[in-house]
Amino acid sequence: MSDARSDIFARIREALKVKAPKPHLKGDGAAGKTSTVAKPWLPDGGETAEDSLTILAEQLAKLKAVLIRVPDHASAAKAVAELSASKNWKKVAYHGHDLLRPVVAALTCETWEADTSFDKQRLEGCDAGITTCESIVAQLGSILVSSASSGGRALSILPHVHVVVAESSQIVPDLGAALALAKARHGDQMPSMLSFITGPSRTGDIERILVLGAHGPKELYLILIG
Amino acid sequence: MSDSKAIFLKDATVNAADGDQRAFINKALGGYYTNRDLQKARYRDWERARDAASMAKWSAVNDLANVLEKFVGNFERNGGVVHWARDAEEARTIILKIAEDVKAKAIVKSKCMTTEEIHLNDALEKAGYGVVESDLGEFIQQLRGEAPYHFVFPCMHVKREAISALFTKHLGTAPTDSPEELTMIARRHLRQLYIDADIGITGANFLVAETGQISITENEGNARLTAALPRIHIALSGIEKVVNHLDDLSVLLPMLATAGAGQPMTCYNTLYSGPRKKGECDGPEEFHLVLMDNARTRILADPEQRDSLHCIRCGACLNVCPIFKNIGGLAYGTTYQGPIGSVITPHLRGLKQWNHLSGASSLCGACTDACPVRIDLHHHLLHNRRNAAKQSPTLFDLAFHHGFTFVIKRPWLFALGGRIFRATLPLLQKLPLPYMGAWMKTRDLPKAPAQSFRDQWKNQNV
Ligand code: SF4
Repeated sequence: MSDARSDIFARIREALKVKAPKPHLKGDGAAGKTSTVAKPWLPDGGETAEDSLTILAEQLAKLKAVLIRVPDHASAAKAVAELSASKNWKKVAYHGHDLLRPVVAALTCETWEADTSFDKQRLEGCDAGITTCESIVAQLGSILVSSASSGGRALSILPHVHVVVAESSQIVPDLGAALALAKARHGDQMPSMLSFITGPSRTGDIERILVLGAHGPKELYLILIG
Repeated sequence: MSDSKAIFLKDATVNAADGDQRAFINKALGGYYTNRDLQKARYRDWERARDAASMAKWSAVNDLANVLEKFVGNFERNGGVVHWARDAEEARTIILKIAEDVKAKAIVKSKCMTTEEIHLNDALEKAGYGVVESDLGEFIQQLRGEAPYHFVFPCMHVKREAISALFTKHLGTAPTDSPEELTMIARRHLRQLYIDADIGITGANFLVAETGQISITENEGNARLTAALPRIHIALSGIEKVVNHLDDLSVLLPMLATAGAGQPMTCYNTLYSGPRKKGECDGPEEFHLVLMDNARTRILADPEQRDSLHCIRCGACLNVCPIFKNIGGLAYGTTYQGPIGSVITPHLRGLKQWNHLSGASSLCGACTDACPVRIDLHHHLLHNRRNAAKQSPTLFDLAFHHGFTFVIKRPWLFALGGRIFRATLPLLQKLPLPYMGAWMKTRDLPKAPAQSFRDQWKNQNV
């Protein structure tokens, strides 16, 4: 008996001997020539950095994510400390990164660098996870995290609150730009996980009524420096 | 009549008469229509975006052997293990074998219609494994012991009181009528299960050939947790899910969310390229991907309907379908409901037994209009009907076809027939006509005109 792999490939090759027509396109067909060309038919991500920031702020507000803009690193630390105090966080896990260490140093609660060990139970007991990100997509309000920039896979999804600290220079206009940047940065050594996070976790499974915090974080904060 | 047809007709009749349930479904979908339109309005040109999305899928599906090969090469280079399954049985065997090899005890699953297609839960449970569905809708359906009602919104037909009663019965929680509180009950219940599970099973929305990554789309974060915490990750995917370029996702991901759920982007869109890499602090030790054919190559071999493999399972065609909204998702008796289900189920499970679904259509074309990847859905329903009539015509089909051909070729006979028909129409109304019972039950025959069209034409003296 031949193996499944070669069988399936044989079936595919046989099936494709007959050509199928192209889909009936409405535009001039240029849209079909994919790949990294600008896509002026998708939602707008802004021409200038200023436009992008405006769109991003609008999108995040609609998604019920909280954007906190601060002028510098010191005020980022202050903003997170205030958040922690007001929400009464007892334990906070964070990704060991130079951008985050001063932020965490300003916290008065128990803190834990989650990259140092994989302790699911301990992470589950944390009120918040603090991470950096790869980039921020203005067009859709998405934040791209990765197992490299966010202390692995679990830190940005298991704790009840997710705080992302980023610089405004990390904003890109659209999804295509974010993917291109990830490719340029990591080449063929992609982190094992890349995740676009678009607002706090949500579900509409009960009567199509929106509820935040289905399994992932109920609250999502983006602390944007500069 | 096939069994599946008899069951379908019975269920569809009962459901279509249930005004309460129909109103409930319509209300649930109301918010979707508004949000979808708001999000579509943000596209600078939705039609051109559909062009790009359909071309991205077309170019991958029509070069499937090469694209798949490239994907697999890159996936393996990233450290994942690929398994091939010709059919459902092989896919189940592979997954059971992995579970046995790693001595699994508890398995957590995120939503994946392909696993529904192969009835994976039954197989795992029979082999003695505990399996928990973690998507809220799937979790509720699992407790109800019922198949998903809609492949994107699995329990959209269940009222909150019923969910509350279900949780009280199975989880011992206090009754509540708040969707928020019900969601939190499930959240609390499932957290420890993710942590304790040895295996996480997910699906895949896209397989990216260029990078060897798989892309998973979800709102709740349950797939993220499923692929993060257990030590083994198994993903099951149809072979048709490949796309050529990473950049294709910059079109497909937002369109999937907007078309199917009226969102700008689904909450989590995650690319996985292997198990935990060196230097990473968490993630599974092993990453297995089961690539399954299960009749997909049969659809591929039909160039006319090959585009139904472009489907990104957004659910938009269900949400706009008048048939779906009236008979509900369970009546279909299929893994994939609605128009796309009616198109592909005959290929997956046999045209003879499942062609009746292609008849359950008003051919309004709302599905085709809604489809982000431009699948010619309502024409495919017609293609299925034609193919079924060719493949195994009923006596009625044959008699009607030959009779009609005979008459239409002889103008005098056609005219005579028309005259007789006009004269006897009032009588026919009262007779129990063979084959026509179901039609006549809810309809009157038209009043016969005094003259035929041809007579009128002749008599106008031009
Ligand atoms: S057929 Fe088109 S509209 Fe229907 S689920 Fe598939 S992609 Fe969506």
